[in-house]
Amino acid sequence: MAISGNLTAIAYLAASVLFILALRGLSSPETARTGNLYGISGMTIAILTTAISPEVVSYGWILAAFAIGGLVGTTVALKIRMAAMPQLVAAFHSLVGMAAVLVAGAALDNPGAYGIADATGAIFPPSRVEMGLGAAIGAITFSGSVVAFTKLQGLVSGNPVVFPGQHWLNLLLGTAAVALLVGFALEQSPGMFWAMTALSFLIGVLIIIPIGGADMPVVISMLNSYSGWAAAGIGFTLQNPALIVTGALVGSSGAILSYIMCRAMNRSFFSVILGGFGAAATAGGGGAGDRSAKSGSAEDAAFIMKNAGSVIVVPGYGMAVAQAQHAVREMADKLREEGVRVRYAIHPVAGRMPGHMNVLLAEANVPYDDVAELEEINSDFASTDVAFVIGANDVTNPAARNDPDSPIYGMPILDVDKARSVLFVKRSLSPGYAGIDNDLFYRDNTMMLFADAKQLTEDVVSAL
Amino acid sequence: METADPFVFQITIFVLAIFVGYYVVWSVTPALHTPLMSVTNAISSVIIVGALIAAGPDEPSMAKVLGFVAMTLAAVNIFGGFTVTQRMLGMFRRKK
Repeated sequence: MAISGNLTAIAYLAASVLFILALRGLSSPETARTGNLYGISGMTIAILTTAISPEVVSYGWILAAFAIGGLVGTTVALKIRMAAMPQLVAAFHSLVGMAAVLVAGAALDNPGAYGIADATGAIFPPSRVEMGLGAAIGAITFSGSVVAFTKLQGLVSGNPVVFPGQHWLNLLLGTAAVALLVGFALEQSPGMFWAMTALSFLIGVLIIIPIGGADMPVVISMLNSYSGWAAAGIGFTLQNPALIVTGALVGSSGAILSYIMCRAMNRSFFSVILGGFGAAATAGGGGAGDRSAKSGSAEDAAFIMKNAGSVIVVPGYGMAVAQAQHAVREMADKLREEGVRVRYAIHPVAGRMPGHMNVLLAEANVPYDDVAELEEINSDFASTDVAFVIGANDVTNPAARNDPDSPIYGMPILDVDKARSVLFVKRSLSPGYAGIDNDLFYRDNTMMLFADAKQLTEDVVSAL
Repeated sequence: METADPFVFQITIFVLAIFVGYYVVWSVTPALHTPLMSVTNAISSVIIVGALIAAGPDEPSMAKVLGFVAMTLAAVNIFGGFTVTQRMLGMFRRKK
């Protein structure tokens, strides 16, 4: 069955509109589920429209690919723990990147099927540039995401990998890749195409290894953006408006998220990309000197919170690692029974990807109206009895406000120090990711609770 | 008047879509930034349409093999991305 070109174009338009509505739905949790259904409808329309196009005549392989991919994707999606979402998203990004490379390769091998070559099999030069760009960005997305995945999964250390001449090497490889792209556009040589793709795989690895673990929110957002631009590049090659629109949406979405994450760390995008943060800053840390921190037990914490009027919980990556979110919610329930008001304050870069903490709290059945973003809640700390900081550190460090020499100076922080008392759950006094000491540990109104986040919270629950 | 090259129309669509994306994404609530990533991931796998065309012809070829692999990868993403997004969004509840 074949349908007319106009009808096909209209179907792709419908798919594009549905994708826009899918993103629009995410403006609030109530509309988000419907939005996701719009997204699924858009995808179904796009796939069916292409499947009945005249170029597609054999369905055996197609159904097999769907069956395998569908089974794997659905199984993983149903089983994955919410704490592991950053890894899963990185893995998914890598698949989009690889798919872009493969589709570009297929278009190079059989350009006639895509209508991008003349009768002699010569691909139109603009199409060569588009497919080259799509493949290059796709390759960078793939290998960069694989590196991000191995760091997030803990298969390799999250520490930045830096070596002398790194940026010059990247520049050299980037220039070589561009030269090969130009060569491919002029000559249509498959050798140049694949050499450029191979270099791009290498570049993807090299640009992600110098970026440290806590900068992962930026890395994931950036790779999200790249996967969109790769899709758009392929969309131009295939002259497919749905793919161009989607690529643009995803590309700008990832770019905005990267910007939001960088702003929340008060760092420029380039300083994150150039990497090495944390490794270099440690030298300035360790200034604990002879100051002493006050430490307490779970019973002390339970007593303080039970007698408080209001508590704000400040979760960080440590809560995710310890899987303490369920215990935290139980603690909040108990406190509520005692008449204490409990809320949660989320810093934009808490966790390993944008919105990571919100998903973990939602998983633990914390209602989303109890969870507030930094701007919403920051002014409330001054009128709060207890700030319960669990697994967060740098995002609460007052040095960001007070100490112009601090590497994190100027970063927006949660003003937990303004609360009447601060309970700080941490395994030791070791500095956070930025390698700087947190003055908060040594204040009179701070009590350190040295323990595993989950164990301690459970002990607080039983003491309540 | 001479008609513009189709490429120019594609660029037009592309640039306008970037603007749409810009405004729509800024309106996304920060609490849903993780589902935003997983759903953008799923929809960017619409690249599967390119793989379908490569995998569609009767006679086996290099392009068909590449198309098959690309389809499988994109299908993982489509099914996985939408399913995990739905699962996450199902967890976001209001206070009873």
